[in-house]
Amino acid sequence: MIGIDNFLVLALLGGIGVAVVAGPLGCFVVWRRMAYFGDSLAHSALLGVTLGFVLSINLTLGIALTCIGFAVVIVALQEQHRIATDTLLGILSHTALSCGLVVLSLMDHVRVDLLGYLFGDILAITPGDIIVIYSGGAGVLLVLAGIWRPLLALTVHEELARAEGVPALRTRLIFTLLLAVVIALSMKIIGILLITSLLIIPAATARRFARSPESMAIMSSGFGALSVTGGLLISLQWDTPSGPSIVVAAFALFLASLMFGGRRGSLAPPPRAG
Amino acid sequence: MKADADPLINATGIAMSFGRRQILSGVDLAVRAGEIVALIGPNGSGKSTLARILLGVLKPDAGIVTRQAALRLGYVPQRLPLDTVLPITVGRLMSLTNRVDAGRMAEALAEVGAAGLAEATVPELSGGELQRVLIARALLRDPDLLVLDEPTANVDFNGQIALYELIHGIRDRRGCGVLTISHDLHLVMSATDRVICLNAHICCEGRPEAVSRHPAYVALFGARAAENLAVYTHDHDHDHTLHGEVVPAPPQHDSHDDPAAQTKEKTPQP
Repeated sequence: MIGIDNFLVLALLGGIGVAVVAGPLGCFVVWRRMAYFGDSLAHSALLGVTLGFVLSINLTLGIALTCIGFAVVIVALQEQHRIATDTLLGILSHTALSCGLVVLSLMDHVRVDLLGYLFGDILAITPGDIIVIYSGGAGVLLVLAGIWRPLLALTVHEELARAEGVPALRTRLIFTLLLAVVIALSMKIIGILLITSLLIIPAATARRFARSPESMAIMSSGFGALSVTGGLLISLQWDTPSGPSIVVAAFALFLASLMFGGRRGSLAPPPRAG
Repeated sequence: MKADADPLINATGIAMSFGRRQILSGVDLAVRAGEIVALIGPNGSGKSTLARILLGVLKPDAGIVTRQAALRLGYVPQRLPLDTVLPITVGRLMSLTNRVDAGRMAEALAEVGAAGLAEATVPELSGGELQRVLIARALLRDPDLLVLDEPTANVDFNGQIALYELIHGIRDRRGCGVLTISHDLHLVMSATDRVICLNAHICCEGRPEAVSRHPAYVALFGARAAENLAVYTHDHDHDHTLHGEVVPAPPQHDSHDDPAAQTKEKTPQP
């Protein structure tokens, strides 16, 4: 019999692990203005849940595979320049989400806690999940450290970086795959519909205090971990779904940063040339 | 071995289209060492696309770009798209793709008149300062060819003159070739050795004074532009862009009646 304390410890361990990995990746999502992309990727995760049930494979694996497939398709279609990226994302992400929901509802023999997938469920976390989160998360951070310099150069100015020999397509693809893995890892904690907020809100909070890309990445891991801790406490205290509770906590931190943080950075887009 | 007169970079027969829209056709362009070449054209004329092809970032549908062996290219982009959201110092920006020691960095910043900015963060810079920093960044690569995209777009009038003086100074000191991309006729005209006027194909080419009197130039930028280089309209260009094709040239468009302009006649592909 597992007591409430053990649930809390598992949830905290899992949540903090996910937040620490999401921090640096979230910074790139903010810098590269990929919030909508992250959202779309996360929506496709529900198709992964369905895939997991249909094929009777591990759900995290199913999600990771679907997200990776989705990411590769998007990057490939982007290279074609046939259709605007946001239109493309809008079509694919909602189609993936809807297909997942439709197929799930057709599967009578599977009883699915849909809300848990959409908004996160701390009670669903098992010791096995913790191992997956930490080993997967460590892998993601290692690979990210490996592509940090080229990815940062591409983020500052893609053409400048490419003109100076930075491999653009490969780096972008690897980053997208990392994003897919993080989404798969964090689904149980925060839920498909809210994963992007764990990527973006801590990064936006950190922006007020950071003076270098690396310090922003580390701070955003810290703010993410704080948000998860606060959110899980709210969730346990008032029996609210874990995902929305974490987002509320993250937003509270963001608000506080606006009021008390330095006036250094702005999240507004740069002024356009006249 | 290559003679001095051999171009640093030589593009021949460049054609490019996006979807059904022909952006460039039959474009020839060469830049030699010690030469300042200005590529001018209204918005949508394909000048940025041509620049990206020359930089090797984009592959043309047709045509060949040859670079001198081991050509070192310095690229100065117009601006940074993420300058407020990404906290980054000038020093970090300059060593983004190449690690450089502090001494060389300070030297390069001093050469462009931006000494002491290494510790500043990029969002704190004015348009002119950022432009100088980006030039210094390109100089760190010790370039044979410097490519500048709209170097004066975010700079006030006095700053623009200062920037062109800086570019001249760099060319004189280093003997490198310079290619600027601009629609800024007034300043370009007074500060370059050769002007290439582009609108999907090369309309005319030659010394600034000659190009400014050339019928093709007048047709593209309007009669007022010829009278007063600082003033020009985009009126002629809008048809061109919306239809996605090269508008049929007026009778005098590609004529050779001004020999000094060394006009290249280029027939756009249908």
